[in-house]
Amino acid sequence: MSEPVVPLLRVRDLAKTFTLHTQGGVTLPVLRRVSLRVDAGECVVLTGPSGSGKSTLLRAAYGNYRAQGGQILVRHRDRLVDMVSAGPREVLDVRRASVGHVSQFLRVIPRVPAEEVVAEPLVAQGIPRERALERARALLARLKISERLWRLSPVTFSGGEQQRVNVARGFIGTHTILLLDEPTASLDAASRGVVVQLIREARERGAALLGTFHDADVRAMVATRVVSLAEAEAA
Amino acid sequence: MSERTLLAVRGLTKRYGERTGCLDVGFDLWPGEVLGVVGESGSGKTTILHCLSGRTVATAGSATFVQRDGKVVDLLRMPEAARRRLARADWAMVQQNPRDGLRMSVTAGANVGEPLMALGARHYGKIRGQALDWLGQVEIPLDRVDDLPATFSGGMQQRLQIARSLVTRPRMVFMDEPTGGLDVSVQARLLDLLRGLVADLGLAAIIVTHDLAVTRLLAHRLLVMRGGEIVESGLTDQVLDDPQHPYTQLLVSSVLPP
Repeated sequence: MSEPVVPLLRVRDLAKTFTLHTQGGVTLPVLRRVSLRVDAGECVVLTGPSGSGKSTLLRAAYGNYRAQGGQILVRHRDRLVDMVSAGPREVLDVRRASVGHVSQFLRVIPRVPAEEVVAEPLVAQGIPRERALERARALLARLKISERLWRLSPVTFSGGEQQRVNVARGFIGTHTILLLDEPTASLDAASRGVVVQLIREARERGAALLGTFHDADVRAMVATRVVSLAEAEAA
Repeated sequence: MSERTLLAVRGLTKRYGERTGCLDVGFDLWPGEVLGVVGESGSGKTTILHCLSGRTVATAGSATFVQRDGKVVDLLRMPEAARRRLARADWAMVQQNPRDGLRMSVTAGANVGEPLMALGARHYGKIRGQALDWLGQVEIPLDRVDDLPATFSGGMQQRLQIARSLVTRPRMVFMDEPTGGLDVSVQARLLDLLRGLVADLGLAAIIVTHDLAVTRLLAHRLLVMRGGEIVESGLTDQVLDDPQHPYTQLLVSSVLPP
């Protein structure tokens, strides 16, 4: 029964420095040789003071930020892909199939209804549109988005509603790795509870989750392991 | 990942006497992929489109294109007649000013039907049927089919041009500032329409624009041009969220958030 534990996500000696050319070429070293691993079924919570690079690490793992050194190995279609060196088309394929990213901000596209925004990642994974929409509506209902809003573009939604749409969009797919950047930041207690459940369900299907949560209660409920960025940096 | 590139551009250079239009430009375009080209005016963005579409003759370089029949041709070196044939069947151009892409003296329906006739369609009822279908897709009221484009608003004209460009089901589309002259309220509708069409038809597209928000919405990858050269390229969100080159950083930081 016991299968060998395989890391779905492995970060090795990751280094990231921002160079601000428009501000006199100031350099900001944010990550210095960070290493960590996340196995299937784990939810690893990153801790560290604001500005310590938690979001930067998550964005680098999603291929959104470019790192200067090290590796971010993710399991993708039965092989390992290094997100630090992968080309654009490969990164897009990894994002479609294997790595999801949930932030607290929804990028709203005018005229696209909420249910379509939520269903899109599943459609991109090849699920027929009608089935994806059914799943989307079920998730929106769980997150207490009123049914009369489902066909409307989230442009006019409140901040909290937009964030819940974003959470639904982030959890709808079958991604095996989920990067969570403060997904509960400004949610009410009931919605936070739903997110905690969604995280548990993702773990139960064998996903590996890595995230930041500033809310201590949520952290305690979701974390299978806590890693501080300072610890993750090589001495 | 194993599919073939549709277009491979290498060493594309255009000189106007002493002045450089574009210098040693290289990129690949895959089927279904949207490539955004950004940079200030005079950076060489439009020169690339003009060289690829045959409007200007490149000074050097190659642009290898895989035709529908699998034959490989160099767009920069092909005979004019063959290029025109290919242009009718395989690619389309959407101009910034819809008046440049439309025939203003014929009706909206005829504007959409003409490209089909140029490809050999003769059955009037079928051509009109397809024209109506396309007017619907670009959200032009069907009772305007027999009106002249001059009676349309700017946004409608641009949508009509898009219908005229896509009716022949091209595999590649060149767009030069497609939302350039439009009101912001009209832009959103056009962008959403383009986004849907590009995805549904699996079109490959090169979109030249100075509007970074447009690229965020439509483009998978970006090329950043300055002084005729590519200074940075990559995934759209990488380039916009974590720009590396000083010029890209300036470009991104110069945009006023709404």
